[in-house]
Amino acid sequence: MQLFELTALQIAESIRQKKLTAREVIEAHLNHIQTVDGIPGTVGGDPAAEPDKIHAFITLTKESALEQAAAIDAKIAAGEDPGPLAGVPVTIKDILCVEGTPSTAASKILANFVAPYTATAVERWQKAGAIVLGKVNLDEFTYGSSNESSAFQPAPRNPWDTSRVPGGSSGGSAAAVAAFEGPISLGTDTAGSIRLPAAYCGVVGLKPTYGRVSRYGLIAFGSSLDCPGPLTRTVSDSALALQVMAGADPHDSTAATVPVPDYLAEIEKGVHGLKIGLSPDYFRITYFDAATGALEEQPLPAEIKQAVYDAAQKLAAQGAEIVEDIPMPHTKFGIPAYFVISRVEAASNLHRYDGVKYGYRTPDLTEDLRSMYRKSRAQGFGLQPKLRVLMGMYVSAAQYSEQYYNRALKIRSLIRRDFDEAFAKVDTLLTPSTPGPAFKIGGVYGDSVLMQYADQLLVTGNHAGVPGISIPAGFDGENLPIGIHFFAGDFREDLLFRAGHAYEQATKNEAWRSARPALAR
Amino acid sequence: MSEEITRELFNHLVELAALELSETEAEYLRKQLNNQLKAIHELESTPLDPDTPIASHGVPYTAATTPALRSDTLNSHPNPAKLLAGAPEVDENYIIVPEIPHQKLK
Repeated sequence: MQLFELTALQIAESIRQKKLTAREVIEAHLNHIQTVDGIPGTVGGDPAAEPDKIHAFITLTKESALEQAAAIDAKIAAGEDPGPLAGVPVTIKDILCVEGTPSTAASKILANFVAPYTATAVERWQKAGAIVLGKVNLDEFTYGSSNESSAFQPAPRNPWDTSRVPGGSSGGSAAAVAAFEGPISLGTDTAGSIRLPAAYCGVVGLKPTYGRVSRYGLIAFGSSLDCPGPLTRTVSDSALALQVMAGADPHDSTAATVPVPDYLAEIEKGVHGLKIGLSPDYFRITYFDAATGALEEQPLPAEIKQAVYDAAQKLAAQGAEIVEDIPMPHTKFGIPAYFVISRVEAASNLHRYDGVKYGYRTPDLTEDLRSMYRKSRAQGFGLQPKLRVLMGMYVSAAQYSEQYYNRALKIRSLIRRDFDEAFAKVDTLLTPSTPGPAFKIGGVYGDSVLMQYADQLLVTGNHAGVPGISIPAGFDGENLPIGIHFFAGDFREDLLFRAGHAYEQATKNEAWRSARPALAR
Repeated sequence: MSEEITRELFNHLVELAALELSETEAEYLRKQLNNQLKAIHELESTPLDPDTPIASHGVPYTAATTPALRSDTLNSHPNPAKLLAGAPEVDENYIIVPEIPHQKLK
């Protein structure tokens, strides 16, 4: 086994026991990144460049990674414990601030922005010994499910098939973890942006409960929906990553004062006695027909449905009780409500980009301040932020907000009620992660409705605030990863880890578990 | 097919959003907005009890889970130069912007 194949738990343990040095681990990862990643994304870069590389990174912070590794090794030599993430290489979605590094949101408008402070989640990982390798690509301001909207091209590609998207918006994170460019990446999830790319790339993606992890230092999109969370290759690493970053933060009044359990101890409890629900409302999918304007229902692809039922059987064999027919009748309203709520919040959050305090300012001569705002925003934002601002302005306008915004917020209550009623009956819900596998680059991009519907089985968790985890469950007939997903009640990430880990254990000897993307073999 | 967001309404939104768009951009964005609205109208297919509360957050915050407010004290940033370093145009501790449109008060 090569060093870059180790899990975070294995790396930290080996370094703390002096079996490995942080320098060895970081160098192995940097060398591997050099082999597989190709040129980083840049503004105006060629989307078609190096089509057989991953392109996860926007900024690789090689020098500082080696400095951090030296600091960890010095601590070990001095007999100090660097912490539970000792020497673990991590990557950070470029929507989170890391002091002294460009923090671009994959947008031209922030291309020159160097963060003057570090996000709480990143800072907690670093204090626990993690080493930041760099910042990874995403959809511009997180607005997408494919990474194709990034202003920094070439955008990340799916390690299992580089003609396909890695998913989004945390696509650089998922691609990096799947291609062994660091065992943990920090992503964010507003409608499925951690879990969807995790499913497309065959890795583990956790969206914690809203309020479980501080949003301080996260460039805001939908402030009532955004959740930072880890992408990893194993459920145990996900538990470790959350353990370190969870908890209240004086810099974020929405970070809840709820005690953080010992997730790594909880994970071993298994699923015996747990009630796991299945809902028919997560086994049908909605597609939008742009020609007719109609929303049409289809059954879930058979291979994905089979993966979920197969997982249910395996968990039942370990003592879980499977409860079928849990009604979640408002699931189909998740995307329509999201189209309203997230756009209103995005429009509000995007008003701060004005060419005054930081970020891009038009070089054109402008007659006054208003004209400078317009030109800076017109030149700095790509199509997706513009689309979101315009929709947000419309559905929250005084004369339309009752019809749209208030109605969407009421539907959000009903989505939440579905979960409250479900978790009165069961401990977790087992669902598919996505309506299909990773699609071809260029296959969906441009159709903003179809793209959004990729999140239809995940976004309900963001409306309700509840945690969800996507874990790999094998491959379809085209050798593309399939994800299965669990929801749990507020702050019950421990149940997600128990169910996910139990499934990993039950499938550990299956052939697909040893599959590697061709690039990373 | 009727268009909910007409050209005129669209131009008004562009002005409110402090944007400028090329013809091609405007055409694409207006079409996408109208398509998204068709999906949004799905929300009208379920009857809503007038007493249904709005949810501005999914997770309810209780006294036990809500952090205490910080004391209302002034904290100076340790390094204002670092913050100003990101501004496009500065003159010492001032950020420079073009002429601010104003009207004389009558």
